[in-house]
Amino acid sequence: MGSSERTVFENPVVEWIDSRLPVFTMMQKEYGVFPTPKNFNYLWNFGAIAMFMLVTMIVTGIVLAMHYTADVTQSFDAVERIMRDVNGGWLLRYMHSNGGSFFFIAVYIHIFRGMYYGSYKQPRELLWILGVVIFILMMATAFIGYVLPWGQMSLWGATVITNLFSAIPLVGDSIVTLLWGGFSVDNPTLTRFFALHYLLPFVIFAVVFLHIWALHVTGSNNPLGLEPKTEKDTLPFHPYYTMKDSFGVVVFLLLYAYVVFFAPNMLGHPDNYIPANSLVTPAHIVPEWYFLPFYAMLRAITFDIGIPFTDIVIISAKLGGVITMFGSLLLWLVLPWLDTHPLRSARFRPLYKKLLILLVLDFIFLGYVGSQAADATLLGIPLSVFGLIATGLYFAYFIVILPWLSKNEKGRELPASIHEAVLAKNKK
Amino acid sequence: MTADSEDRRDFLYLTGAAFGAVGVACAVAPMINSLNPAKDTLALASTEVDISAIPVGESKTVMWRGKPVFIKHRTAEEIAEARKVNVDVLPDKQSDEDRVEKPEWLVVVGICTHLGCVPVGQKTSDAHGDYDGWFCPCHGSHYDTSARIRKGPAPKNLAVPPYEFISDTVIRIG
Amino acid sequence: MKKHLLILLSVLLVMPLGVAIAGGDAPEAEHQRWHFDGHFGTFDRAAQQRGLKVYREVCAACHGLKRIAFRNLEALGYDEGQVKAIAGEYTVEDGPDDEGDMFERPARPSDRFPSPFANENQAKSANNGALPPDLSLIIKARHHGPDYVYGLLTGYEEAPEGTTLLEGQHWNKYMPGHIIAMAPPVSDDQVTYEDETPQTVEQYSKDVVEFLAWASEPELEERKSTGIKVLIFLLAFAGIMYAIKKKIWASVH
Repeated sequence: MGSSERTVFENPVVEWIDSRLPVFTMMQKEYGVFPTPKNFNYLWNFGAIAMFMLVTMIVTGIVLAMHYTADVTQSFDAVERIMRDVNGGWLLRYMHSNGGSFFFIAVYIHIFRGMYYGSYKQPRELLWILGVVIFILMMATAFIGYVLPWGQMSLWGATVITNLFSAIPLVGDSIVTLLWGGFSVDNPTLTRFFALHYLLPFVIFAVVFLHIWALHVTGSNNPLGLEPKTEKDTLPFHPYYTMKDSFGVVVFLLLYAYVVFFAPNMLGHPDNYIPANSLVTPAHIVPEWYFLPFYAMLRAITFDIGIPFTDIVIISAKLGGVITMFGSLLLWLVLPWLDTHPLRSARFRPLYKKLLILLVLDFIFLGYVGSQAADATLLGIPLSVFGLIATGLYFAYFIVILPWLSKNEKGRELPASIHEAVLAKNKK
Repeated sequence: MTADSEDRRDFLYLTGAAFGAVGVACAVAPMINSLNPAKDTLALASTEVDISAIPVGESKTVMWRGKPVFIKHRTAEEIAEARKVNVDVLPDKQSDEDRVEKPEWLVVVGICTHLGCVPVGQKTSDAHGDYDGWFCPCHGSHYDTSARIRKGPAPKNLAVPPYEFISDTVIRIG
Repeated sequence: MKKHLLILLSVLLVMPLGVAIAGGDAPEAEHQRWHFDGHFGTFDRAAQQRGLKVYREVCAACHGLKRIAFRNLEALGYDEGQVKAIAGEYTVEDGPDDEGDMFERPARPSDRFPSPFANENQAKSANNGALPPDLSLIIKARHHGPDYVYGLLTGYEEAPEGTTLLEGQHWNKYMPGHIIAMAPPVSDDQVTYEDETPQTVEQYSKDVVEFLAWASEPELEERKSTGIKVLIFLLAFAGIMYAIKKKIWASVH
């Protein structure tokens, strides 16, 4: 990080600091003059938007933590006190609870943008992997955060999800007891979840820093998937992208503010306004919307896998579901090695483009399946059958289709450079 | 680029920056304001005390806004002692008449004005300091029968909280 | 290409909406028009005050309202004196006193509505094993809360033939599963209104929902009015940022 080439600043204070700790030089290099492809579309805004949401979540979260008490007898009341008595507390809490959803919206779009334009391909594999790590950390943080208000969904969501670990052979039950710090989700679980919910966002922040660092080593991908060749292909980050990102952030804020002020409970579940009760299970336990596709994959495996015609079970349905769910995320980690097609952008891979859109629709359909009760039906057929098919498609896409496409898809011809493509487009 | 369009650009930049600054300020303000006392805290900011059971010469400690309040039922001698003092020689010049609603009842916040310890002297068996009032054991401040500072490092008399008699036997503090 | 992206984007944004709407197998209560609906909706003070009366004279026999303090009632348009008077009609337990005993005293504005039962077990045993839920959050704790509670209060019907009801069970159109332990709580003319408002079950139900909606979301009016200001500000901000972005990018290409 210590750079030998330092910018000289006119302001004596800035210069004094910079000659001792070159933070201004770094900012200038990484965010001032940083050469950035000039053909980004608005999908490239979502990195900055996600960053903005992370900061919003950390700031509102710290203030909320000052009013919160992690105790099974007091947490629900503490949250209601924030909603009713703390000055502007309702705003802070709705910003935080909906902020989680909007953070996920931004990150999901960011991820699918990466897939569409092949942003994970050589030399950006590690950048992509760090991104997946951030996503997994976000899921963990969001899950334990949902437990803190200690409503019915908090308790039962936590019970169901922590029970997943009991599927691990031999040590599963001990792991669950360790997670709980007792024999059910109770006070020790709540207090440790609070501690972790405070810690993890800072871990996310650190990984985001690495993610951006890696990005600035390789430079950004772009809608054409071509590496910039000459100066004509790039623009300095500031003011071009600082201003474009700011515009994007404000537009995103509009949507976020609309939900916070006019539909603050739209994305939540009414049952979480009922205090947790370990004697009554809600009729229908659903996780937050951003987990639903993965939840559907978890529930897709309803059968034991064993040696046919014997009673020997190798993988129980429960373990099968857990493996499927975690596997679906692990596939993202190895995506750069599943899709090795030399062309990055889906613009030049018509078949890949169609199949990726199919994957996205499949993923959304899985979300719908995850939102429904376990015994729901669609067109008279149990929904779990559709869930299984959709899960199969999801895995087939990554394990079969992508490697096959990598070998067999003939892409379209690439333009000579970013600059020429932009010129040609402007002529039209 | 013409001067005119440069002006327009600068104006846009300034407006954008101003909106950004106002936006951040409006977002941060409620967060800071949330740290002020909440509505339920403020609702408990006054407390009613029945003083009928305090015999002459004894006192009672009640909690008000998380602080101890001393309520002393003073004897005639104590009142006389407090009133005969020449106010001009006191470190914090206040007459006893200014410190009480009714001479026999002294109500003060029981927090030493030096560094916030709770002085002793509430029980008849306690030390009362050189001036028959209260004594702060932390750094040796002596308070008289009107809870005025007489000796020691404390700069001010024990504070008198806002209170009123809502009947002969009940006072409301705060 | 752009079209695809737009579709993808809108689907991703709409996905959570669809999910939020899905779920729940109870028969959906009909939508009523509420004074607090919409972007500019506010509470109807008169209806809230009538609703409070219905709550106090009917619901409060079994249902608590423990998150509401008497001081909160100022939001219904009562002044300090009226709030004090209402609080004074209730007794709360306080203590321990100097002798270590608990004692009863008239409630003050800072006190919360006392619950009708000492604890959950007492509540259950007094109600045939069913727990009457606290109503402070009932509107937020049910799908389409206002319509549901209104539907429930007005949805008592004769059980269809073939349904056997045990003692203490009643048939309700909008209760999930239709069988409810709560007897029809209110009948026409049970609560006396001081003005000309009709004294019908429908009106009582509407008024009590108006009151309970406020109990669930006391911040609703402030939230919506702040929201309008925030959206106007952000719209203007977005416009300015778009102009700046356009200006800067004008010279590129």
